Amino acid sequence: MPGTSQHLMRRRAVVAETRHLLFSVGPGALWITLFLVLPSAYLMGVAFMTNGPYGLPQMPLTLDAFERLAGFGFLGWSPGNLYTLLRSLWQTLLSTTLVVIVAYPIAYYITTCRERWRPIMLLAVVVPSWTNQVIRTFGWMNLLAPGTPLSELAEGLGLIPPNMGLYPSNFAVTLGLVYNFLPFMVLPLYAAFEKLDGAQVEAAQDLYASPVRAFRHAVFPQTLPGLLAGIVLVAIPAFGMYVIPELLGGGKGMMLGNLVAMQFSGGSNWPLGAAGAILMLIATFIGLFAMRRIGKRLGGGEEVVI
Amino acid sequence: MSNRTPAAMANAATLATAADQEAATRKASSIELHGLHKRFGADTIALDGVDLSIRAGEFFTLLGPSGCGKTTLLRILAGLEEPDQGTLVVGGKELTEVPPHRRSVNTVFQSYALFPHLSVRDNLAFGLKMRGLPAGKRDARVDEIAAFIKLGDLVERRVDQLSGGQRQRIALARALVCEPDVLLLDEPLSALDAGLRAQLQVELQRLQKRLGMTFVFVTHDQDEAMVMSDRIAVLDSGNIQQVGTPSEVYERPANAFVARFMGHENLFAIHAREDDRVQTDIGWLRLVPGEQDSTPGDWLLVRPETLEINDTVPEGYNHLAGVVRERLYRGSRIEYVLEVNGHALMVVASNLGQRVHQAGDAVTISVCPEDLVTVVA
Repeated sequence: MPGTSQHLMRRRAVVAETRHLLFSVGPGALWITLFLVLPSAYLMGVAFMTNGPYGLPQMPLTLDAFERLAGFGFLGWSPGNLYTLLRSLWQTLLSTTLVVIVAYPIAYYITTCRERWRPIMLLAVVVPSWTNQVIRTFGWMNLLAPGTPLSELAEGLGLIPPNMGLYPSNFAVTLGLVYNFLPFMVLPLYAAFEKLDGAQVEAAQDLYASPVRAFRHAVFPQTLPGLLAGIVLVAIPAFGMYVIPELLGGGKGMMLGNLVAMQFSGGSNWPLGAAGAILMLIATFIGLFAMRRIGKRLGGGEEVVI
Repeated sequence: MSNRTPAAMANAATLATAADQEAATRKASSIELHGLHKRFGADTIALDGVDLSIRAGEFFTLLGPSGCGKTTLLRILAGLEEPDQGTLVVGGKELTEVPPHRRSVNTVFQSYALFPHLSVRDNLAFGLKMRGLPAGKRDARVDEIAAFIKLGDLVERRVDQLSGGQRQRIALARALVCEPDVLLLDEPLSALDAGLRAQLQVELQRLQKRLGMTFVFVTHDQDEAMVMSDRIAVLDSGNIQQVGTPSEVYERPANAFVARFMGHENLFAIHAREDDRVQTDIGWLRLVPGEQDSTPGDWLLVRPETLEINDTVPEGYNHLAGVVRERLYRGSRIEYVLEVNGHALMVVASNLGQRVHQAGDAVTISVCPEDLVTVVA
């Protein structure tokens, strides 16, 4: 009967579509569920549990971990964790700003070079990041340690007290972060600059814009999507950075990432570590939201959607 | 011609009427260029001593092949390039070292150079904003110019939602809305298809006449230059070869380069001269007495449309014998390639219903001495 065969065909189509979806989206969805959604849910659960004698979480549910994170301990309130949070925010802000300042002219300069040189110059920016991050950071330790030429130069200029060296310090952490994240800013900015038509800069000047205003109104808004993408790529990992402050910061350079890592290893307080991780997540979301607002206000238009 | 549709003409006419009020208030500026030199790198000479006077309110075209220096000259007028030597005076004001943003000169760029991150409205308002015009007045002027170019309903669009022809008009309007002393146009029609191009040629020329603004137009297309311009400067390798009205440049080219660039193919070397007769590859031809003081080494220009294929030669005309080698039927006209004395000779005949000759026909060609022009090498 024709009705049945039509019904059958529709059924087959539905089955085919389901199979198609299952095979295309399925593995990704499974991966994300297994390795992102479930662990995150577990982490959130842990944050509300009690710290057991060996640092492992136990029932009952409590807000202890958040109180500890806010600085309330057995001996009353201490500002240590607050300082760590503020230091993380400051280091992120500072290093991201410096990365922008360094990367913007580099990206622009590469676009002004001859076409056949550009891939080589981009490669020069990217290649260092192919080396293990720990090894590169150890490299900086060697360069900045007390007694090295750089440290002695800084001493000679009176920038640091004698025999202190540039490492370990907050300065070394900032330097390490800027160095580490530079390629993540140069690449999206380069892509933005490359799309820019040089005639537009001339058109702006022709239309009574001074060089500064031509940059502000014709160039900068067009690089904004690249800039914001770069900031996201730099600021979020920098905020949670563990290796660089661990190796270059010494005791005074600790960031939130180190605080969290410590609770899961030496410090052995999983609920506190989980609470720290949640705090980082919230801070990141607030940061992203703020970026979106700023991007729109600066005239990035519809492209500025992160 | 099919390109000059009645609609296009009517469109141009309406544009022109709307421009009338503006023309009254505008003062046009003349341009004086003296001894302009510009070189790029060690051995690329873009301009090699250019002197030029462009009159106020003139549609002036810089015509030449690519690399002749016409674009460099335009960029110097805009202030985007600085000359190595020489001076530039616009409307009595010395502008040689004035940066582009302080010149009342605006440009329509070849690539249009519209700002993709801005709406059409913000593109049109850019120059006014940079000049510090308050937002309210800006909006009024933008609406006015958008209506004027008949794209009023597009002002809230994004640039990437526009067609090529629309972009071209927006680029033109963005420059015009600033009411500059001089408008520069750098091959603004080269990216458009033939039909639209012919339409905009008419519109632009009418617009310029009604605005009374000085237009400096750059092109490599001699037909476009002739259709639009009051005067043309033909440039080659950084030098001005000739300045004149379209008919002067076409009918009396100053030298062989100009003649060739204007599309002339019938150029024959002059080998010898006797009184008012010259010997060329296609034979002896009589010129107007005393008209030319040509010498061997110069060229004789024979315009294809002045030649007639006729059995009877009119009194006082030159006549040549030839054989038809090729015939191109173009509808309104017929083009023949003849072989005369072993050399090719182009003849263009209006299609008036006379006999159409076939390849292989032996024919007699006649030409009036007054139509023969000698051209220095």
